[in-house]
Parts: sequence; structure tokens; C-alpha cells
Amino acid sequence: MSAALASEPAVPLIEMHGIKKFYGQGEARVRALDGLDLIIHEGEYVAVMGSSGSGKSTCMNILGALDVPTEGTYAFKGVDVARLDRDQLALLRRQYIGFVFQSFNLLARTSALENVELPLLYRGYSRSRRRALALEKLAMVGLADRAKHTPSELSGGQQQRVAIARALVTDPAVILADEPTGNLDSQRSREIMELLVRLNEERGISICLVTHEPDLAVYAKRVLWFQDGRMLKDGTPQEVLS
Amino acid sequence: MMVISSILMALREIIRNKMRSTLTAIGIVIGVGAVIVVVHLGDATTRQITDNIASMGQNLLIVSPGAGGRGPGGARASAPPFDTSDAKAIATQVSNVTVAPTASSMSTAIVGNKNWPTSVLGITETYFAVRDWEVGEGRAFEESELNGARPVCIIGTTTKSELFGEGDVLGQKMRLGKLTCEVVGVMAEKATSMGSDANDIVLVPLKTFQRRIAGNFDVSTMYLSASDASVMSQVESDVTRVMREQRRVKAGDQDDFNVRNMQDLMNAISSTTEDMTAFLSAIAAVSLFVGGIGIMNIMLVSVTERTREIGIRLAIGARGREVLLQFLVEAGLLATLGGLLGIALGLGGSYALCKQAGLNFAPVPGIILISFAFSAGVGVIFGFWPAWKAARMNPIEALRHE
Repeated sequence: MSAALASEPAVPLIEMHGIKKFYGQGEARVRALDGLDLIIHEGEYVAVMGSSGSGKSTCMNILGALDVPTEGTYAFKGVDVARLDRDQLALLRRQYIGFVFQSFNLLARTSALENVELPLLYRGYSRSRRRALALEKLAMVGLADRAKHTPSELSGGQQQRVAIARALVTDPAVILADEPTGNLDSQRSREIMELLVRLNEERGISICLVTHEPDLAVYAKRVLWFQDGRMLKDGTPQEVLS
Repeated sequence: MMVISSILMALREIIRNKMRSTLTAIGIVIGVGAVIVVVHLGDATTRQITDNIASMGQNLLIVSPGAGGRGPGGARASAPPFDTSDAKAIATQVSNVTVAPTASSMSTAIVGNKNWPTSVLGITETYFAVRDWEVGEGRAFEESELNGARPVCIIGTTTKSELFGEGDVLGQKMRLGKLTCEVVGVMAEKATSMGSDANDIVLVPLKTFQRRIAGNFDVSTMYLSASDASVMSQVESDVTRVMREQRRVKAGDQDDFNVRNMQDLMNAISSTTEDMTAFLSAIAAVSLFVGGIGIMNIMLVSVTERTREIGIRLAIGARGREVLLQFLVEAGLLATLGGLLGIALGLGGSYALCKQAGLNFAPVPGIILISFAFSAGVGVIFGFWPAWKAARMNPIEALRHE
């Protein structure tokens, strides 16, 4: 339990208590999360596993401030997220969270560089500052020479690395990656996972990864196992996956 | 987010979808272009007419039979014509005025084997001074010719070139129906007014016209020239009074003749052209409205098509208002660019049409600015709903959108 061994941090990055999330009304009401308690500290690398419908995607949406819980408390760096309105959630995402999606979600017909610059645009950075930061992050993911290419001119692995650079460019507190290798072959998947490990170890960026492949979950330091809207297991990959 | 960067972003999006952008903006282009053309042509026409009328003389009054309506026409046919005694009565009873009675008809002038339909005007010696129109070549009528109803004529430059070409005309014979007359002069060239050529005319002595062409003593129109602009209204009321007596119009009855001054005519014509311009502008404005609907339509499609993109932008931290601004700027920019293109095409078209119609083109800055502002406004107003839809999207659903 790496978190327990670390010098006691004052405020955890993520602290959830009794989180419940329902969709729909009355008879059709679906219970996506049913009382989730979770604490993640800065610098952790967490993999979330579970079958589909286990609530892991809902958990990620709430973690990423894209959605708010129906019940329970969620504090992000000590801030009560459940009380934030739409715009404040957007500002929280802008400031602290980087997303990496299964389907890359790059803007089509837009160069890799412009895709990476996009989050900085909303921060109101100057053109030269955006360019410099975006080029730096593209270099970090090994795509400095592909800056002018549009997504259709890049391979799947390259596109996902552009997406990671985009998530990194704002220096977020946490990167949330939802099945980031789902559309990639095993060789590219390993490259992406190694990149995430490197970012976590060398730069201390917290990472929360959703995956259903045990092969990829072992790259994480901590694995959470979801089932029916509850967290069944929480431990090292060896403990959870054995 | 900075407005400038959203403008750049919108520009990039517009350029990226050239075909779609062009088709969207075309409604605005046509609408604005039409407004510009209509207003400029109307303006040029009004100026031309006003200049023409002003050149006819500010002190001129035109007296013709028939109740005065607005503009030419009226109930002239039903009212009896004037005769020479009416002109005499005005000349003797009204001070500060010169009277030029005229009678006119359409006739075919024949010289050798050439025919030319033209208007024939019977005049007296006062005509030239009252109309401020000089004989350019040859001479005016002599008193003996006027009193003796001699077969002599003075022709306009158009009539001259049509019948005689470049050749010498003085002393030549010309046939007008049964009358054969001698050309004694050519009038100086006069500015052409809209549609009618003042230089296409044959002047003969009034008595010659009455006896040998018309066969009666009618006078169809009297031109009056006041000695000074300041006595115009006095002259006008005096003339009306004298004419009512002459024609025995009972007190309380409407005049069966009308006295028009050039200012009235100018006002009548410019109000007509203004009404026309307003009417055509209204039609053009409808096409601008339709153009706006076109923009809204395409922006709605665009928002649906780009749901995924909106989801991405929201996920990386765009606020609703920033997404709204993006789509609003795009619609506004599209409409503004369409407006600018419409203004350019409209000005070009107006220039070409004015040139063809022989009008003086001059840009009207007011309508250019209004068109510009209006097109931008159309884009923003009709772009608002689609933009608002985009801004209200749920990021999770937008990201899942295929």
C-alpha cells in the first residue's frame, strides 16, 4: 500500500465518500455507482478494472468532473466538486485534469501541434507561449517531427501520443485515461503504457487508467476492481489480479 | 478565451469548409448585393432627375389643362384645352411673368426618302427665353413668320442628325404631314433626361401649327417664367385666379387645369423614386432574412456534425460560453464575409448599371454601413440558437456521439 507508506500528505488529490450515481427515474432507475469510497494521493498510478456495467466509466466521469454524483461527497484537492456548477466544473477540468480517450478524440483536419495547443487556447495563453509548450510536450511523447501532420496522416499509436501530449500540456494534477490502448495493437499498447509509466515516475503525474486487460493493469502501482457499482478489491496488481 | 483567437479559429473552420461556407453565405451575398444595387440606382436616378429639373429653370411654371394630380397624367383628356386668349389674359393680368403658349403633336418628318417620327411643337417668340434654350445654328423665328403662320421650322440636334446626317440643313425643306417647311435654325444641344430626348423635336410658329397642322386654335401647355424666384408663389396664385376666371370655374369647384412649379415636380418624382426604392429594398431585406435562415440551418447541421468536437472542447475545459462564442463568431463571420462580398458585388453591379443607363454613379456610405452591420447582425441573431445548443451539450454524451 504505497499511499500508506508515503509521508502523510495534508490533502489527498481525490477523496470520495459514499458516492452514488443513479440514471433515469422511477422504475427505469439504474444504479451505476452504489456507495463508493476512494482516496487517491498525488503521484499515484491507479488502474481501474471491472466488467462493462461495473461502474468504472461512471466513476471516471465523476473523477474527471464531467459528471456529478447523485449522492455522496467528492473533494478534489479539498474542493467539494459536488457543489460546483457547469462552468466551475469546466474550470476544474481546464486547470487540473488531462483526458486520454480510447478513440483518441483529436480534432480532424487539425495539425498535431494545434490539437496540443487547444487546451492552452482556453487558458488565454499567447500564441508563442502555446506553440513553445505544445512543441515541448510533443517532443516528450517523441513526435516533435510530426507537429504539422493531421490525425489522418498519423498512425493510431501516434494519434494517441498526440492525445497524451494534449493532456500533458496544461501540466495537470492527474491524467485520466479511459481504455487508452483499446484501439491499438499490443506493440503500440505497450509503448503507450511505458510512456504513461515514465510520465508517472519521472514527472510525478498522477494517472488513473481504466482498462479491462490484466496485462496492462500490471503497469500500475495500484489496481481497483469494480463490480456492480461497488469497489470489490483495492491493492497492488499482484494482490488484485492473483 | 480571447475574441481574436475565436475569430481566427472560425476563419480556419470557414476556409476548411469552402463549399459549405460559400453556399451558406450566398443568401447574404445576394440580399446585401440587391439592397446595394437598388439603393444606388435609386439614388443615381433621383439625382439625375433633380439635376434635369433644376436645369429647366427654378422659376418655371407649367400650366396644363386637367385637374392636377401628382406627377404627369391626371384627368387632362376630359378638360377642355387652352387657347391663345388664355395666354394673353395671363400676360396682361399677371405681373412679373413671361408666358410661352405651346401646342404639340406627334408627327412624321420626311426629308427625301428618310422618315423620322418626332414631336412637333408650336411656339411663340417667348419660348426660347422661358425655357432658357437658345438657337445654336441659324436663327430664331422672325415676327413676320410668327404672325403670318409661315412654313418655317427650327429642329433639335437629334432630328437633324436623323434626317440630314452631317450635311448642311439651313434652307433645306422638310415635310410634316401636309406642311412643307423650311429649316431656318438648329437648337443648341440639351442634356438628355431619363427616357425622353429633348433634342428630338421640330419647332414651328404656334400659328403655323394651329392653322396648318392641328386645324384648331388650341394651346396644350403654357410655360411661364417668373422674373424672380421670390415672386413664384404670388405668380402661381395669380395665374390660378386668372385661369379660373378664364375657364369660368365656379367658386368651390376644383380647378380644371393645373399649375406646377419645378419644385412640386421634383418632389413628386423624388417621392416616387423613394417609394420605389423603399419597396425594392423591402424585397431585398426579405432575401437577407432568408439568407439568415440559411445560416441558421447550416450552423445547426454544423453543430450536430461537430458534436464530438464540442465534447472534446468541453472535456479539456471549455466553458459553455466559450463554445457559444465560438459558434456565434463563426456564424457572424460567415455572414459578415457574405455581406462584404455582397457590398463589393453590389457596388460593382451598380457602377456597371449606372454606366449603361448613363447615370452618374456615387457610393452611398450610409447604406453600405447599414448593409455591413445588418449582415453581421443577421449572422449573430440566426447563429445564436445553434450556438446555444452547442454550448448546452452534455460533455459525456457529446464525446460518445458517433
